[in-house]
Amino acid sequence: MQTLLRTPLYERHVALGARLVPFAGWEMPVQYEGVIPEHRAVRTDAGAFDVSHMGEVLVDGPRAREFLQGVLSNDVERLEPGHAQYTLLTNEHGGIVDDLIVYELGPERYLLIVNAANREPDVAWLRDREVESAELRDVSEDYGLIAVQGPRSLERLGLPEAPPFTFADGEVGGVACVVNRTGYTGEVGVELLVEAADAPRLWDEVLSRGVVPCGLGARDTLRLEVCYPLHGNDISPDTDAISAGLGWVCALDTDFTGADELRQIKEAGPERRLAAFVMEEAAIPRQGMPIVEGGEVTSGSHSPMLERGIGLGYVPAELAQPGTGLTIDVRGRHRRARVHKKPIYTREES
Amino acid sequence: MAAAESYPDDVRYHPEHDWARIEDGEATFGITWFAADALGELVHFEPPEEGATVTKDQAYAEVESVKAVSDVIAPLSGEVLEVNRAVADAPETVNEDPYAGGWLVRVRLSDPSEADALMDVEAYKQHLAEQG
Repeated sequence: MQTLLRTPLYERHVALGARLVPFAGWEMPVQYEGVIPEHRAVRTDAGAFDVSHMGEVLVDGPRAREFLQGVLSNDVERLEPGHAQYTLLTNEHGGIVDDLIVYELGPERYLLIVNAANREPDVAWLRDREVESAELRDVSEDYGLIAVQGPRSLERLGLPEAPPFTFADGEVGGVACVVNRTGYTGEVGVELLVEAADAPRLWDEVLSRGVVPCGLGARDTLRLEVCYPLHGNDISPDTDAISAGLGWVCALDTDFTGADELRQIKEAGPERRLAAFVMEEAAIPRQGMPIVEGGEVTSGSHSPMLERGIGLGYVPAELAQPGTGLTIDVRGRHRRARVHKKPIYTREES
Repeated sequence: MAAAESYPDDVRYHPEHDWARIEDGEATFGITWFAADALGELVHFEPPEEGATVTKDQAYAEVESVKAVSDVIAPLSGEVLEVNRAVADAPETVNEDPYAGGWLVRVRLSDPSEADALMDVEAYKQHLAEQG
């Protein structure tokens, strides 16, 4: 039995009465008051998530940019200091080792924020390909990360607006942090990168402004409503970026691991595609359920905003068009669903 | 709003956190506050067909929260006379009112003596305490 890791905010979660569960080797809050009220807080006001379990990897040295350009799918050349980019770490088949955000801290100096479950595989993958003059350091333990998301998040934190995928040094209530304009909920918001020792103070500051503490349960339903893929569910080393609908983060005019394979898949057209769907009958799709017409559910849950079952799943490419009827095998019962354009939830529709 | 923790004394309890309120050879079934709280807010109730046979200690329905699916175990055997449509339409009723508005099915009992094997409220509370 492996000991679970704890974030710098563990004591805070216990004090708040969170329900703690094992997640990717960490003991993490799945909910405080409940998934549904937490979800709604983020859609209507502001919620805070402890995402300190995510990994931070620093890459610097005179050839840092060249190194990353060769291993990441998006075009690192388009970054400048203070800007960030969603990108993929791809394998030789165009499969997805991880999805991550790369931040350009300065010339030839980058921070990668990666999925908790992939931190070690990512670091091993990068070390195998490391070039001279590009140094790699896993600095995950030095930092806490607090996501504050929702239409009132900036107002509550007293932060100015800024373009998405930018970042700058800042502070909340006197606690210094890096304010990243990124997130995983589909709402405006920030992810605050903070020295681990200061993380509890920052968390207290955030909550004192009326931001609702939210667990991983709401994080999952929020990201699913806006169809952000979850690595390990919807994307993996065995699924390629084109079939997953992530061609937009693959700069196929650059040369990176698996680029040739991805160009071929794009040229030929993928055999299957990751489709979003909404249930038309009362039923909640879950990961692993067969799709009768072909494929299976990779993520499924109840949408608190639509108050229906929703999901993502790979289907034969010809069935991925919005409006196509699907049948989900819910523990032996066939239930009707319909392919929906991504994202499933947008504020205008609600 | 979820109800406060409670275990009434007019129902009999099954160790899988189900209750039965028995009257004249019929019973209504539901899940206890403990089960509803452990699952979190219910968002789906998959009921049995009316007329279906249910067997003591076996699953007869499913309830789901956002994160979890759970079988609902029959505390007694019989035939389903009625399904609570209010719960099918608004599953959170179970969290709000687990022993009254949140009943799941009404059953004609095939062997009312099976109820002797169920627990009274004191025995159920002891069972909860032992589960820690």
